Amino acid sequence: MKPLEQTTWRDIELGGLLREPGSARAYRVGDWRSQHPVWDRERCIRCGVCWTVCPEPAIVELPDGYFDMDPYYCKGCGTCARECVTGCITMVPEEE
Amino acid sequence: MAPKTAAARRLGMEVSIAVSHAVKLARAETIAAYPITPQTHIVEYLSTLVANGELDAEFINVESEHSAISTCIGMSAAGARTYTATSSQGLALMNEILYIASAMRFPIVMTVANRALSAPLSIWNDHSDIMGARDIGWIQMFVENGQEAFDHTIMAFRIAENHEVLLPVIVNLDGFILSHVVEALEMVDQDTVDQFLPPYVPRHRLDPNQPVTMGAFALPEIYPEVKMSHQMALAGSYHHILQVWEEWAEITGRRYRPLETYRSEGAKILLLTMGSLSEVAEIAVDELREQGEPVGLLKLRLWRPFPVEDLRRAVAGAELLIICDRALSLGGVGGPVMSEVRSVLYPLASRPATVGYIIGLGGRDVNPAAFKDMVARAREEARRPTAEFHLYGVRG
Repeated sequence: MKPLEQTTWRDIELGGLLREPGSARAYRVGDWRSQHPVWDRERCIRCGVCWTVCPEPAIVELPDGYFDMDPYYCKGCGTCARECVTGCITMVPEEE
Repeated sequence: MAPKTAAARRLGMEVSIAVSHAVKLARAETIAAYPITPQTHIVEYLSTLVANGELDAEFINVESEHSAISTCIGMSAAGARTYTATSSQGLALMNEILYIASAMRFPIVMTVANRALSAPLSIWNDHSDIMGARDIGWIQMFVENGQEAFDHTIMAFRIAENHEVLLPVIVNLDGFILSHVVEALEMVDQDTVDQFLPPYVPRHRLDPNQPVTMGAFALPEIYPEVKMSHQMALAGSYHHILQVWEEWAEITGRRYRPLETYRSEGAKILLLTMGSLSEVAEIAVDELREQGEPVGLLKLRLWRPFPVEDLRRAVAGAELLIICDRALSLGGVGGPVMSEVRSVLYPLASRPATVGYIIGLGGRDVNPAAFKDMVARAREEARRPTAEFHLYGVRG
């Protein structure tokens, strides 16, 4: 597939059809983020509620069973922090 | 060359029933519709045909027009020849989905039995419903009588399903004035229709073995290109539409043009109408011609894509063009047809004066005398314009 900025109207598949699966991966919505979640491992019980509620989904389970955000796709919506059972997630503003 | 005429039967039939027969002859495979006056008889009869086993199709009952057109999109995406029909508030309720059907290039065919929009509630005929859906990206045409309604319903499938077109088509027919009138119609037999309209072969469809994404979102970097491809497809459909109409003429002897003309040769004054009122205007033109008045008639059949060059050619030599709209663009500069016609004429070095009348709103009758009166008034109006447009026959 051509890069978007080189695609002309003549290249558009019928009705904007996409043949390549998973093309939404190319769109890294992490750019939108103005804050990101930070987990406090002392209080995290590894229940996975954050992973379940993330709408993107942009929360990944680490090999040790704890969770972290995927910086390419986390929009910083804060749903995980709001829903966290133990309140272990804090939304931290992005640095300039 | 004399036109070849296929084995034809002439039958007296309500126009709605004739449209249903056209859909049956076209072998529609899926239908989803919600009854609304004055379109009801069409889908009611189709459901009977399906229930009786006379039409081998899936008839999906839905709870609203929004669901009807959404279901049609799903069925068309699955690769089925798809039909629906609606009117007025029903078309308005479909609105957001209509854009999706065309942008995703599903060749759905829909009859719109044109009816006024509420409020006040009116079940009678005008064109405010379709003018509210002017920019939905569908091919749109108007018919003048039952025969045209029958013919264009069958042809609509051929046009829509052409792989160079692949756009949905609306056939507009005037509610009640056409939909509920019994007319003598020349039917076309199944073999002829089968030869004219082969089974639908989708270019893409929902298929687990060849998965594709339909209806993905578009970033600002690509959205205008996608819209441009739609615009080019719709504009480019013009030649394919003409080709299909020409083929139909060879089979049936009935020839259709994007902009029909009636006694327009040498006419200094032209009326422009759409739909069933055209036949009424013809009577007025005949009477005026008998009195030696150089009056002719233009009948706009194809509304989208707009036949720009046809109109420019047709007005050459005319001094006055009277545009009769069946819908009001509230707060605007006139009826939607008048606004577009003026835009088409504006670049011409020599163009007729234009006067716009809004007529027949909410089923108000328009008779031949009214057209003659409009011609007389428009002559004065062209000399000394008093308003951008006029609601003809409104009291007070």
